[in-house]
Amino acid sequence: MTADILIQVLVSGLLIGLIYALVAVGLTLIFGVMDIVNFAHGEFLMLGMYASFWAFVLFAIDPIVALPMTALLLFAVGVIVYQTVIRRILKAPMLSQIFATFGLMILLRGLAQFFWKPDHRLIPHSLVSGNIALGPVQFGLPQFVAALGAIGVTGALWVFLHRTRLGTALEATAIDREAATLMGIDGQKMFALAWGIGAACAGLAGGLIATFFPIFPEVGANFILIAFVVVVLGGFGSITGAFLAGIIVGLIEVLGGFLVGPEYKTAIVLSLLLIVLLVRPRGLLGKA
Amino acid sequence: MTTMTQTRKAAAAAGLLALAALLPLAVTEPSQQNFLILILMGAQLGVAWNIVGGYAGQVSLGHAVFYGIGAYASTMLLLTLGLSPWIGAPVGGLVAVLFALAMGWPCFRLKGHYFAMATIAVAEIVQVLVTNSDLLEGAVGLTLPMDRGGLGWLIFLSKLPYYYVALGLLVLTVLASWAIERSHIGYYFRAIKDEPEAARALGVSLTRYKLIALSVSAFLTALGGSFYAQKEMFIDPGSVLATSVSIKIALIAILGGVGRLLGPVLGAVILITIEEYSRTLFGSTGSGTDMIIYATMIILVAVFSPSGVLGLLGDLRRHLPGGGRTAAEPGKMEARP
Amino acid sequence: MNTAPLLAVDGLGKAFQGLVANRDISFTVHHGEIIGLIGPNGAGKTTLFNCLAGFHTPTSGRIAFEGRDVTGSTPEAAAALGIARTFQIVRIFQSMSALENVMVGAMLRNKRVAAARERAEAELSFVGLSHRAAVPAGDLTVSEQKRLEVARALATEPKLILLDEVMAGLNPTEVREASALVHRIHLRGIASIIVEHVMEGIMPIAHRMLVLDYGAKIADGTPAEIAENPAVIAAYLGE
Repeated sequence: MTADILIQVLVSGLLIGLIYALVAVGLTLIFGVMDIVNFAHGEFLMLGMYASFWAFVLFAIDPIVALPMTALLLFAVGVIVYQTVIRRILKAPMLSQIFATFGLMILLRGLAQFFWKPDHRLIPHSLVSGNIALGPVQFGLPQFVAALGAIGVTGALWVFLHRTRLGTALEATAIDREAATLMGIDGQKMFALAWGIGAACAGLAGGLIATFFPIFPEVGANFILIAFVVVVLGGFGSITGAFLAGIIVGLIEVLGGFLVGPEYKTAIVLSLLLIVLLVRPRGLLGKA
Repeated sequence: MTTMTQTRKAAAAAGLLALAALLPLAVTEPSQQNFLILILMGAQLGVAWNIVGGYAGQVSLGHAVFYGIGAYASTMLLLTLGLSPWIGAPVGGLVAVLFALAMGWPCFRLKGHYFAMATIAVAEIVQVLVTNSDLLEGAVGLTLPMDRGGLGWLIFLSKLPYYYVALGLLVLTVLASWAIERSHIGYYFRAIKDEPEAARALGVSLTRYKLIALSVSAFLTALGGSFYAQKEMFIDPGSVLATSVSIKIALIAILGGVGRLLGPVLGAVILITIEEYSRTLFGSTGSGTDMIIYATMIILVAVFSPSGVLGLLGDLRRHLPGGGRTAAEPGKMEARP
Repeated sequence: MNTAPLLAVDGLGKAFQGLVANRDISFTVHHGEIIGLIGPNGAGKTTLFNCLAGFHTPTSGRIAFEGRDVTGSTPEAAAALGIARTFQIVRIFQSMSALENVMVGAMLRNKRVAAARERAEAELSFVGLSHRAAVPAGDLTVSEQKRLEVARALATEPKLILLDEVMAGLNPTEVREASALVHRIHLRGIASIIVEHVMEGIMPIAHRMLVLDYGAKIADGTPAEIAENPAVIAAYLGE
């Protein structure tokens, strides 16, 4: 009996953790490449959810089918944000950098509220609606598909960064900006690319989450803090670290909620953030 | 020369204060008086935040925790022990200082982004704990008793007395900030913000002075929280402990100009005005226009003028023909006596 | 006269994750002495400075200042004891005027702003920057910023000042001025240790020279002795 419940809890934690990982990889990528913390990352996710929502409502395109479009759209958003705002604050004091992405966060929330109302919206049914029962363990098909998608996207990102020319150039920029520039890598282009990919990852996460989570202008707030925890735990800039940390955070959240009470799960995850920051600020796999 | 600018500054300050004191004579409509009170409250919080976030350069995005401590402490002391907020508010301030010390001691080892994140986390954790606390009535919130009133209990039927209490609190906060700015502590704060390692080499203990900055800021923020409770007669975690409160406090200072004495006052005037007018112009509270306008301003400030709108005004004046550095610009050089 | 050494370093070593930056360094500095600290790039000069000024905790050995063990003290404690320093890459307070930069240093001994201002004005005049007092520190030239750091360090009323490459990048006239400044610091009774690559700036004024190579002290003597020391010549010629 209790073993069944435990397995159920672990499976839920694993599924949600993989989604956290997907939200966090984009954030950690941007930080790794240019040492900027994007406070607006949750809003990229929110835009991804709305993109799926409107594709569904206006054109009857299923969120899963719309994923490539969502990714492209958010890639564009990321590049535009980089070109209009971030490019100008690369050398600014840290305070200005915090304020800039922070302002973006509020701007995107405000725009969403203005155009799409603060209402909670739901995509009533999609290709992946339904539940799966494996013996005593039950879980939602959308969560399962989202977790699979998270694995796929994170894996693809890893392959891109380690096995392609462009990806390696991006990694090189992350490791040593100046050396990369000397080797003929266009830093500006790499930064824009990082923002594009980072935003696209958040957008994909949004598209996957939209199949089972309510959509509203401030939905990003639910994920950004957890994404921070994942990034910090995994080690700033580490994709593999974020992937592992996402799973750990998901498990801790669900287990903690199960043992202590669901109302405390945010507090538990954030305590984890504090502990990691204080005990091992470079996280599991971060650079020293 | 210095005495000249000093006299002129004192005269300007006295004039500003007199104007603020007389303003309710012209603005008699209660809702408009309430609007003015909101500006004073925002300004007070911004000035308090500025001490640690502006002068000392330690960006806190968790100030709601001190605000909430002030609000809950004075309210609980009133409800359980029947203590007047004249006692409850300073006690709340002291509790906030203790909390600031406990939180700052470990967190100040973190730099920049990490410190900001840690402050968000701390505030969110406290919000969850209070929301689930039976003692503090959790999500239901606390209502102040209606059976007493007057100056002794800081509970009034009209808006006007609240206006003057808020003004007094703002003046107190500005004076505290001003005293810090011109003492060695103010110099140390700016040294820590500019070049922490060099400051250490000159004998400045980073931890001690960051803790001083956070404690003073926390105390004053808690007083603001107590005032909020007295004015609204009701508090709950969502209204005094939410991250949105922290963000608003920081925004006021950032918008007006960090590290400048009256920057946050200007920031409050701008932010609260935008908030109120977009509300009346566009109807419903959730239109988002206020957010769009002030977010745009923040991004512009971050990109073009890290010293806020006040800094932007100073730059403009310097670039205007005939507006040389002799003008009473709020520039770096004249901010000090 | 006080004949006990001001600073006594005994067997000092510092390693970073296995990488040895300083090994078994011993020397003494007397009150008012000018010590030149030279050595090829990466010889461990800045690491030694960081150990003396409390920025690094040595992995082995002892540092005694005025007979008191100060090994592993914090930078702020070192400053309070009377060890001041400048930085190889200048670290001035950008948001302040030149005068205010020095005032921060003066506040170590006197927290009153007016008193700190007086003291700072005196130090600015000592380094020849009085005419630039009101200028934002960031607008000073690099050579002026280096002198500003010296003034700021002197304002803490040190007994020992650690000068990290204050002559680098200066033209010959400025190097002579800098040498004269170091000599005037000596006349005030303040000892100095000077890391320097500019030999013509340091050789004429140093009482003693310390030479580091691969983290170890290879020579210790008068400038004339050092100039003829085969180990030093070998180190500089790269064997």
